[in-house]
Amino acid sequence: MLAIVHMTVNGVEQELAVDPRESLLETLRNRLNLTSVKKGCGVGECGACTVMVDGTCVDSCLYLTMWAEGKHILTVEGLKGRSGELNPVQQAFIDEAAVQCGFCTPGLIMTGVELVDSGRRYTREELRKLISGHLCRCTGYENILNALEKVVGYPKTEEKG
Amino acid sequence: MYDIEKFYEAKSAGDAVAHLAADPNAMVISGGTDVLVKLRAGKGAGCDLVSIHEIPELHGVDRTTDGTIVIGPATCFTDITNDPIIRESLPYLGEAVDTVGGPQIRSMGTIGGNLCNGATSADSAATMQTLNARLVLQGPDGSREVPVTEFYTGPGRTVRKREEVLIAILVKPEDYIGWSGCYIKYGKRKSMEIATLGCCVRVKLEADPGAEKAAGVSSSEEASGSGFLPGAGYVLGDVCIGYAVAAPTPTRCRNTEKLLTGMKADDPKIYDLIAEHVLEEVSPRDSWRASRDFRIQLIKEMARRALEQAILRGTGKGTPGASYFSPVELDEMGEAGGQVWEAEHPEEKEMPVYKKDGEVLNGQTGQVIRDTDKKGGDQ
Repeated sequence: MLAIVHMTVNGVEQELAVDPRESLLETLRNRLNLTSVKKGCGVGECGACTVMVDGTCVDSCLYLTMWAEGKHILTVEGLKGRSGELNPVQQAFIDEAAVQCGFCTPGLIMTGVELVDSGRRYTREELRKLISGHLCRCTGYENILNALEKVVGYPKTEEKG
Repeated sequence: MYDIEKFYEAKSAGDAVAHLAADPNAMVISGGTDVLVKLRAGKGAGCDLVSIHEIPELHGVDRTTDGTIVIGPATCFTDITNDPIIRESLPYLGEAVDTVGGPQIRSMGTIGGNLCNGATSADSAATMQTLNARLVLQGPDGSREVPVTEFYTGPGRTVRKREEVLIAILVKPEDYIGWSGCYIKYGKRKSMEIATLGCCVRVKLEADPGAEKAAGVSSSEEASGSGFLPGAGYVLGDVCIGYAVAAPTPTRCRNTEKLLTGMKADDPKIYDLIAEHVLEEVSPRDSWRASRDFRIQLIKEMARRALEQAILRGTGKGTPGASYFSPVELDEMGEAGGQVWEAEHPEEKEMPVYKKDGEVLNGQTGQVIRDTDKKGGDQ
């Protein structure tokens, strides 16, 4: 039996008939075709399915769609600017070559956006902890950290010479 | 798609209890980070879920007029860590739950679920044990209060009945005012890791009336190796020691606590005392994560470190964020350790043993097994 859920996804109000057994991951991918949301491990370890719910990053594979009633959901598709420009976090990932196969990237971008929204700046060590909910098997994380430092890190001190 | 029959979003705790009581196939779901993972693996498949995810009264941390801290069980770990009341009064609890999983999991998983799941490895468990937290369970026939120290009945089992809902976690003012503490988690990684061992030591430091006379006495150097022991001028007014994964359920070491109470905080003997005597009160096991022998070594070493840090913090000199302990630091634990000793003396392996006055005693009978001064001992 389907249930009706109302949520705002990427700024658009949605009224959806969903199966109460569905995870938010399944709803976003299969009903709204938001395929930036990747299914990885399915148990909240890899972070590929990370989306924002009311401004907080969660693993959408462990989040029942029924809980999204009345909430605001943001995925990478919702980051696009008015004239199609990239979000600064996305641009930093491109500039720093922080993308290889791309499977973990949408999740990491969402965590990056959450960090930008916090209005704080972070050290590289803090960033390591804050992206520890994401697995990337390609990059070795260094370029990802470089990209994040570009948007939420402390300004680099000029090298003397 | 999760393998459940029915799903119900409860409007209030009472509503949840009513639905649980009416449906024998139903179980509670809060944050979902344990329940959904189990369901996915087929455990409990086909059940009905009663969700307490969206009940505002179960969220947040509050302080009543008498000073009791009331933690809403559906508060997620991130919110616990960032809560101003927790940061001010129970910072070690905030640190403990900041070691759970990763950032996203900490924004989903709840402290109540961490307790009700019944896992001995829960990151809040050791700290909750030392806090003498009281858990308020609401059932069809009203609510009851259970001390967290009597909450667990076995691995994954608690006294909570299926139709009961945890509605509050209470910490009394006498259990946190004047106390300082430290939780240390040992895991192979610094993130996304289930504790191999967790240890929380809390102390209540009191000014030592005889402190001035004792000034100048420093036998501390040989014991610590660093030549500095914290807590000069204080006595241990009270001590609480809690462990996770040191037994089938989270454990308190009440005898060791009694032994340490009243001792000088900068007495080098307290570190050996705690390391030796906690072993009588725990029963770690072999698992794929770690051997029993290794856990014994961790139990001893983590008690020392947590005690030192708790005292340091009590004197206002603690290190923030000391709650992680990873294999990188293993070298610092000394080469001999319990493993070597037990390999040489296999007959003593299964027996809880401890050292006292230079002798090795059987932890159960108190009989002298061996005189360590002659053989070198386990340290």
